[in-house]
Amino acid sequence: MSGRGTAIALRIAQAIPVVIGVVVISFVLTRALPGDPAAQFAGIAATPESIEEVRRALGLDKPLLQQFFIYCAQLLQGDLGQSISTGRPVVSELAARLPASLELTLTALFVSCAISIPLGILAATRPGSWVDQLCRLLVTAGVSLPTFFTGIVLVYVFYYLLGIAPSPLGRLDFVYLEPPHVTGFFLIDSVIARDWETFGGTVKQLVLPATTMALFTLAPIARMTRAAMLSALSADFIRTARASGLSRRKVLYGYAFRNALLPVVTTLGMVFSFALGANVLVEKVFAWPGIGSYAVEALVVSDYAAVQGFVLAMALLFVFLNLVIDLAYSVIDPRFGTSAK
Amino acid sequence: MTTTRRNFLKTGAALSAMPFFMSLPASAAARDTVVVASGETINSLDLHRTGTNRASYEVAINCYDRLIRFGTKTTPEGGVSFDYSQIVPELAESWTTSEDGLVITFKLKPNAVFQDGTPVTAQDVKWSFDRAVSVGGFPTTQMKAGGLERPDQFAAVDDHTFTVTLDRPSKLSLPDLAVPVPFIINSKLAMEHATDKDPWAMEYLHQNTIGSGAYKVIRWDNGQQLVYERFDGWVGGLTPAVKRVVRREVPSAATKRALVERGDVQVAFGISDKDASELSGMLKVDSTPIANCVHALCLNTNFEPFTDPNVRKAIAWAVPYEDIFKTAAYGRGAPLWGGTEEITDTAWPRKSQYSTNLEKAKELMAASAYPDGFEVPLSIALDLAYWMEPAALLIQEAVGKLGIKTTIDKIPGANWRTASLVEKRLEFHLENFAGWLDTPDYYFFWAYQKGHLFNSSNYFNEEVEQLTNETLHMEMDDPEYAPKITRMFEIVLDELPRIPLWQPALNVAMNGADGYEFWFHRQLDVRTLTPVAS
Repeated sequence: MSGRGTAIALRIAQAIPVVIGVVVISFVLTRALPGDPAAQFAGIAATPESIEEVRRALGLDKPLLQQFFIYCAQLLQGDLGQSISTGRPVVSELAARLPASLELTLTALFVSCAISIPLGILAATRPGSWVDQLCRLLVTAGVSLPTFFTGIVLVYVFYYLLGIAPSPLGRLDFVYLEPPHVTGFFLIDSVIARDWETFGGTVKQLVLPATTMALFTLAPIARMTRAAMLSALSADFIRTARASGLSRRKVLYGYAFRNALLPVVTTLGMVFSFALGANVLVEKVFAWPGIGSYAVEALVVSDYAAVQGFVLAMALLFVFLNLVIDLAYSVIDPRFGTSAK
Repeated sequence: MTTTRRNFLKTGAALSAMPFFMSLPASAAARDTVVVASGETINSLDLHRTGTNRASYEVAINCYDRLIRFGTKTTPEGGVSFDYSQIVPELAESWTTSEDGLVITFKLKPNAVFQDGTPVTAQDVKWSFDRAVSVGGFPTTQMKAGGLERPDQFAAVDDHTFTVTLDRPSKLSLPDLAVPVPFIINSKLAMEHATDKDPWAMEYLHQNTIGSGAYKVIRWDNGQQLVYERFDGWVGGLTPAVKRVVRREVPSAATKRALVERGDVQVAFGISDKDASELSGMLKVDSTPIANCVHALCLNTNFEPFTDPNVRKAIAWAVPYEDIFKTAAYGRGAPLWGGTEEITDTAWPRKSQYSTNLEKAKELMAASAYPDGFEVPLSIALDLAYWMEPAALLIQEAVGKLGIKTTIDKIPGANWRTASLVEKRLEFHLENFAGWLDTPDYYFFWAYQKGHLFNSSNYFNEEVEQLTNETLHMEMDDPEYAPKITRMFEIVLDELPRIPLWQPALNVAMNGADGYEFWFHRQLDVRTLTPVAS
């Protein structure tokens, strides 16, 4: 057990230089971006003097190194700075928007796993059958349809033509009140508040965007499941298991699937990270108040604090995610964390 | 039945007690609520704050009053637009200008109150104007345009009398008090929240509206929605018909269009030219051309071949105006080509005397110092690619026939302003400027005077300099005004530092609402909206 504990501690320790690197790089990169925030925020008809005034007010007249130390000192106090474009602390912006993005992404991933993993297994056990063809079709469609396109088509068909979907206006129709803030996830918060109508409203709003994201994330997971299952099923130990007369179920799920799960979990981690990135487009189509559209807007107006805060939050999220995946490995594969790792 | 928040709200008794209530879109037909979809985000409730974006001016317009505002008129297209020539009271009851034109005295409406019930006094006006000229950035620049530069120009004579003292008489001073910037703030309430570091209560006003305006913001979810609620004590104008206006942010144009077509939102503000032209048969669409705004093709005098008048005219005759207007603007807006050479009125923007005539263009090009053409990059802004890109492609093709080889250079939005307006280094580019104050001299001041921001062609003409300076503060009914202005038109349309292409439109689609008015600030004035059964 101590082997596992050490491995986790080691993983966390490895994350420290990554985070420091992210802080430095995000600071330097935002400054290296073309565009002058002082000119941007002084407005289009600004005079050189008023631009200088704004520059001083934003603290951008100081030497770069000094700006960096000020930023680091603030970071150590947990202060990500003030977003100039929204005039609110970056921390509170992220706290308000990250749950929205996570709720959407996690729901989408849950749906896509629920479909793609069984589909991948079925396709692998019956290669060449209609299930396999269906899997191939879904995978190709998922890869080739851009998310904003799927999003718009879904809105067109289910909202505009059929009228069964609610208006694509963010996380909740304005018929409902937001549930009291506990986690920021409306699904969870409304359950805590036992407000089933709001829960229903949240689900309704989630269906289309989550389906869009699920279609997009389905492809890599289904493919990886199929491939990993195929190679596991052709392995020697499966032949041995079959020869020993173990039941089909035991062979398939007890041995083949468990071995195939490692690459699937790895893919899942990767899919999660790029799904968060691809969220931006879905957020735009469904007016979803997520973190992606916030970051894009901040970038456009060179809002340094907001961009840095976003990059840092994402970095921490990925460090955490990698940790979770590594821990999942050790659950799936007992060899992890021992000499065999 | 247990009392949950929702059925508590459903009783309706809670309406006045709750900050925000529920209105089903379907039942909204009998409604006192109008839902507006807009693509742009509101990032502050205070126009004076550094970093406040253009979309946020809407809050200053709807939640605060100015002393005066412009009247309205019916447009040739059948819509309603602001009328620059007419100034009507908002918080001021009356005003007089002294003989020498240096002192303007305003009498405030005696019954005017702020939304917290305190009366509006001249001290509040003074504090608000002081704030506008002191905070720096855009508000201060805009105040300067009207000759309002220092706090000592403003005085509260008594509770209801307020004076503005000018350094020189100017026809721009009074109109400049009707733009969104000099809005009147409840100074007593603001001072309670002011600190030594923040004497103008910027932090408080960023999150709160404390004016005397027709609406107050009762809910603001950054990046999602803003909810206005009517203030029934408003004395600035006719009581608005709509009790609540919900402004939802919808970034995707396709979604915005679907929402207004289905009637789930009543107003889609700022839709694209394409959507406007396609929706105009089905819904009520208003496409008023933007006042004092010209989309122009600019020829920089820094670039040697463009100093040749024959080259400039050749390009002006080669541009495929009609095609550009149809492809880039879907025909929304007003054409600015094919006019007469003789200038008899002072209306601006005006049609130039040029139209597409390739033969004429080729003759002029052959007569120039560059009969074989030259190479030049044609620059456009990525932010504005929706109109600049199709326009640039058509221009590229047309001038190619004159032997002018162009490559299209797409410049990211963050760099565009610096490259085009500050450094003025783009040889051949597309540009647009719109003046809030709707007079030709104001346009010339920004776009044709040497060194001024929007003169991205580095144009300099001594006569234009002088005429602009003379007309800028001159009354428009002065007998010398019209001849001077027509002379200015003549010169710049002959010398062509900027080739006018078309006057763009602001498109608004309505389904279940009416009463939209076009305003020079290009934001939605929700005070005039009315619900209609759809």
